[in-house]
Amino acid sequence: MIKTTRVLLAASLAGVLAITGCAPATNTGEPVKVSMWSHAAGNDQEIATVKEAITDFNASQTSYEVVLEEFPQESYNDSIAAAAASNSLPCIIDVDGPIMPNWAWSGYMQPLQISSTLEESLIAGAKGYYNGELYSAGAWDAALGMLVRKSTLEKVGARIPTVSEPWTLAEFDGLLKAVDATGDYDYAIDWGNGWTGEWYPYAYSPIMQSFGGDLINRDTFESADGAINSDKSVAFGNWFGSTFAKGYANAAQTGDRTEFIAGTIGIQYNGNWAVKDALEALGDDLLIVPPPNFGSGPKIGAGSWQFGVSSTCENAEGANQFIEFILQDKYIVAFANRIGLIPATAAAAAEVPNYAPGGPFAIFVELSNQFSVLRPPTPAYLKISTIYEKAVADIINGANAKQALDAAADEIDADLADNKFYK
Amino acid sequence: MKKKFSLGLTIQYGFAIFFMLLFSLPLLFMISSSFKDPQAIFADVKSWRAFFPVGDVNFDQYLGVFDRLPLWQFLFNSIFISAVVVLLGLFVNSLAGYAIARLKFKGQNIILVGLIATLVIPFETIAMPLLVLVNSLPRVGFENGSFELTTGWLNTYLVQIAPFIAWGFSIFLFVQYFKTIPKELDEAALIDGASFFSIYWRIIVPLAGPAFATSAILSFLAIWNAYLWPVMVVQTEALRTVQVGLDYFWASTSEEGTQWGEIMAYSTLITVPIIIVFVIFQRSFVASVASSGVKG
Repeated sequence: MIKTTRVLLAASLAGVLAITGCAPATNTGEPVKVSMWSHAAGNDQEIATVKEAITDFNASQTSYEVVLEEFPQESYNDSIAAAAASNSLPCIIDVDGPIMPNWAWSGYMQPLQISSTLEESLIAGAKGYYNGELYSAGAWDAALGMLVRKSTLEKVGARIPTVSEPWTLAEFDGLLKAVDATGDYDYAIDWGNGWTGEWYPYAYSPIMQSFGGDLINRDTFESADGAINSDKSVAFGNWFGSTFAKGYANAAQTGDRTEFIAGTIGIQYNGNWAVKDALEALGDDLLIVPPPNFGSGPKIGAGSWQFGVSSTCENAEGANQFIEFILQDKYIVAFANRIGLIPATAAAAAEVPNYAPGGPFAIFVELSNQFSVLRPPTPAYLKISTIYEKAVADIINGANAKQALDAAADEIDADLADNKFYK
Repeated sequence: MKKKFSLGLTIQYGFAIFFMLLFSLPLLFMISSSFKDPQAIFADVKSWRAFFPVGDVNFDQYLGVFDRLPLWQFLFNSIFISAVVVLLGLFVNSLAGYAIARLKFKGQNIILVGLIATLVIPFETIAMPLLVLVNSLPRVGFENGSFELTTGWLNTYLVQIAPFIAWGFSIFLFVQYFKTIPKELDEAALIDGASFFSIYWRIIVPLAGPAFATSAILSFLAIWNAYLWPVMVVQTEALRTVQVGLDYFWASTSEEGTQWGEIMAYSTLITVPIIIVFVIFQRSFVASVASSGVKG
């Protein structure tokens, strides 16, 4: 018996030592290590450019060595929150534009210290400001547009809209009705409602803003009442819901979104990252046009993934140096060529065939420059985003728009009060 | 001898086969979709074809899985962590169950009630305090060729194992099962001079196979499927587990899109170990569920 007990104890001790001894070793030698987390694990194209820039940066100087750790996007924000709670944030983080104010307010980040020349060269959607200070900067932005076949418009006798003369609400309503009436399609339009999460506020709040509404009162950022449930926001809700109620759009759409290319949907509302397949499939028949002007001018969302420096970074100088390094045009061009997003500087855009003037996706640069609206730069956005998603999902499924948006206003205002307006 | 036709038995089998097929459908969908590209998956989704590997079937999705993430590393991590938790958990929890079921000491029932009470606390509510706690605990690390005493368990196997060895549900299961074993066996052994541990090791454990099997399966499943905790405490790919690996395939707003075929292939691959564990312990698991009335 004693022998058995000793064997068990010895085995347990050996096991514990084996387990505890498996922690990765840390190296404290020179150059100073600057840790970096990226959300792009599993996305070979995006991470390839990050790795290239790190290799080049580490070889270009001897003071700092950037060390990358990859995280999958789906759980990246949770990993950051856990790391902040356990005081183990890396030096360089990447952050989704609309979430940045929350992380800055939560004390996860410190303001960026990059050159003013670089800051000025970046397009608005690639910069993140909070309380008047630059906290994040990125290599790209995304833009939204409407995809439609030229042949479809010709068949229903609709005009081709331009950036200077987009469709009006009446025109677009007529178009949906006419496309539906052709009987050629299962649905007239694909709004992408099969994509849940951040897509909802990113894609649909600009339509609400085009109606004249908004997610929150942007003068004070202290109340959503009168903004998200204003008459104009409710008008958006009623109209948007009607496109499903009338059968123009499918409330039970999947997240696949291949129907437009397959020819079973007439019009698709989508991002620039998704148009490559459509162009390859439809060629000259594909038109990329601006979203309609629903009353207050066309609007599209802005703000994508950007780089920032954590508040606990002990080598902020090295971190800022690297961020300046990776935001050189050659890496911005590489990002754009690989992942299909809009280059963050005009000079880089000119070097990317798809986005250079005359390129097939050049219109997205125009849309981004002229119509982009940042999601509210407030720490409350994290909450606003999920509340708005639920409200729009309810509207899509037939809920009364006024009631859904009133409820959203109440919930957002309660959260603001609970958090003392995130001051 | 010719067997008589039994209507009752036929209906019974009919129901059994129906539910067997019903519960198999998600698995059939997952496996058959793992051989199709995303377009084919969505094209087939509204017909019976969704449940069969028909059409343009290939192994591209499986190859894509290996390209996208270090599958063998993730599998090793999950198997290692689950196996260690199960083995240590069986020992610790059965000992605790034995003490509560067999020994006499003050506060026995209060301890049992306390253990049962822990079952109603969702892990999410204690995750953050637990994170802060494990991050402040001392750790023996092997660094630069020698053992060093450091602070914080993040980024170790230990942090994915230690908090889950003791499990109230498993202890409760053992208590319930040990109570069904006649006490006369203990008493006879005591008269023969056996110690309490000897009784546990030589009498109780050999008679409690079904309880051990059930606890093994349920704790293996719980650890294998753990997601939130690994996300919170693992900051390096080398220690990541298979469930976190699923996140590598979600990218709805990238040019590539969400890789549904690869998700199905990956899900198929990470389901295999679960099925193997269940097949190994199936007979004892069913016996334990039937005798103790406990299910996961």
